[in-house]
Amino acid sequence: MSPRDLRGAAAIVGVAESDLGEVGQDRYAIELAAQAAGTALAEAGLTTRDVDGLFCAIAGRGMAPLDVGEYLGVRPRYTDGTMVGGSSFVSHLHHAALAIAAGACDVALIVYGSTARSDSGRGRLAMGPPELPSYEAAYRPRPPITGYALATARHMHQYGTTRAQLAEVAVAARQWARLNPKAFARDPLTVEDVLAARMVSSPLSTLDCCLVTDGGGAVVVTSAARAADLPRPPVYLLGAGEAHWHRAISQMPDLTVTAATESSARAYAMAGLGPEDVDMVQLYDAFTINTILFLEDLGFCKKGEGGDFVSGGRIAPGGELPVNTNGGGLSYCHPGMYGIFPLIEATRQIRGEAGERQRPGVSVAVAHGNGGQLSSQVTAILGGRDTL
Amino acid sequence: MTAPGSEAAVTPRHEAAVTGSAPHREYLDRLAAGSVPFQTCDGCLTAVFPPRVICPACGATELRWSESSGLGTVYSTSVIAPRDADPYPVVLVDLDEGFRMMSTVVETPAADVPIGMRVRAHVEQDGPSGPRVVCTAAEAAEGEDAS
Ligand SMILES: [Zn+2]
Repeated sequence: MSPRDLRGAAAIVGVAESDLGEVGQDRYAIELAAQAAGTALAEAGLTTRDVDGLFCAIAGRGMAPLDVGEYLGVRPRYTDGTMVGGSSFVSHLHHAALAIAAGACDVALIVYGSTARSDSGRGRLAMGPPELPSYEAAYRPRPPITGYALATARHMHQYGTTRAQLAEVAVAARQWARLNPKAFARDPLTVEDVLAARMVSSPLSTLDCCLVTDGGGAVVVTSAARAADLPRPPVYLLGAGEAHWHRAISQMPDLTVTAATESSARAYAMAGLGPEDVDMVQLYDAFTINTILFLEDLGFCKKGEGGDFVSGGRIAPGGELPVNTNGGGLSYCHPGMYGIFPLIEATRQIRGEAGERQRPGVSVAVAHGNGGQLSSQVTAILGGRDTL
Repeated sequence: MTAPGSEAAVTPRHEAAVTGSAPHREYLDRLAAGSVPFQTCDGCLTAVFPPRVICPACGATELRWSESSGLGTVYSTSVIAPRDADPYPVVLVDLDEGFRMMSTVVETPAADVPIGMRVRAHVEQDGPSGPRVVCTAAEAAEGEDAS
């Protein structure tokens, strides 16, 4: 089987979020995951009894698939707990398509939950065993913000990107969030507000940083053949690609070029499509610089031109290229690992179910996941029936 | 098979592995002795940092310890301003030998540490969590290419 054989072989047939925002201290990550799973399966016309492939990652839980399997009563014959930070779920979609194509499972449930916001009111999670010694900790960076700040400073230095251009990313995200009733931050926001916000790790201010919320999500995937018999219009996986080059920010070779250059090239090659064929983009925007870097690395503009590209409302409602139409990690929801939400939003937009923020005629959407400190990059290209 | 009583037999393998070449221990010992340590691959001559047991460029397992001159250039910088303490820069420094590390710049106001600044790295023995490599602004003369 070649990557091209995977094009259109699997489809998303159900998506859902759990309760989002701040759910309260007596609720747990797995409950949110399970709530989202139940809703997504119901939308797909399936139940937990149909699930035979389980894909999940939860920060701080080394055996999350076992926890979730027990909680849901799912006894999978294929399990994938790949944990590459916030990009995990886009990676899970790729792996699920491969597993389904190989006959290793038939109905894959990708599921995530986190109470990152409510956790701040209870004891910290116990630390796990040491990985490698840190060669960064002695300098007291604020992870992960400082990693992204260092990339931002370098991008500004090399290409003349400005803080006002970064602020445009936050403002566009907020304008989309104002159209999404589920978004956490919906107050009006201006470039001036972002520029005036307290600096956290220069050149990033509090408003250049994503939210910290609670939230869960679920995505149900099956074969294209089976999807045809299910109630919702299938959203096909047309292309997927993965890449990672480093973990620690000090080991990132060029802080202005991410492994998304490779992950997106692989995804485009599988889909037989290029950025010019893409109607909208759902990117992992943990920080304002992410959107700029990924628009460049996914080929929507040249390297170094991302700041200019996002200016003047081009990625905001009414702009040429809709980006993060749910409001993104900056204004909609960011429970520590955001990567399942780009899949959910891209699916809804392709189905034409995004309400007030719906863009007409979306047939191809990109969902891109990022993990670590610009470390892991996973790109998925999704399309409706007309793209097969 | 090694004969009983020979040198190899009295030094268990696992002990040799831990005391002989544990990369982090070697790094800390060299740091404590005042050097800015890194490794060089015998196979492809790549400068390797942080320390490890295999070359990330070519896969060779013969890595030689070296001592950096300390001269380097700030690749990127971020200033962190805690609410209750002085701001401090966190920098990535490209050492002239060809490796990059996270560090900080001392004796210069945090806001005055630009990308491209030439610095000299040295060991601060009484760092917040033990010895660490910190940088100071390099003198103009030593910042220039001396070769
Ligand atoms: Zn080598």
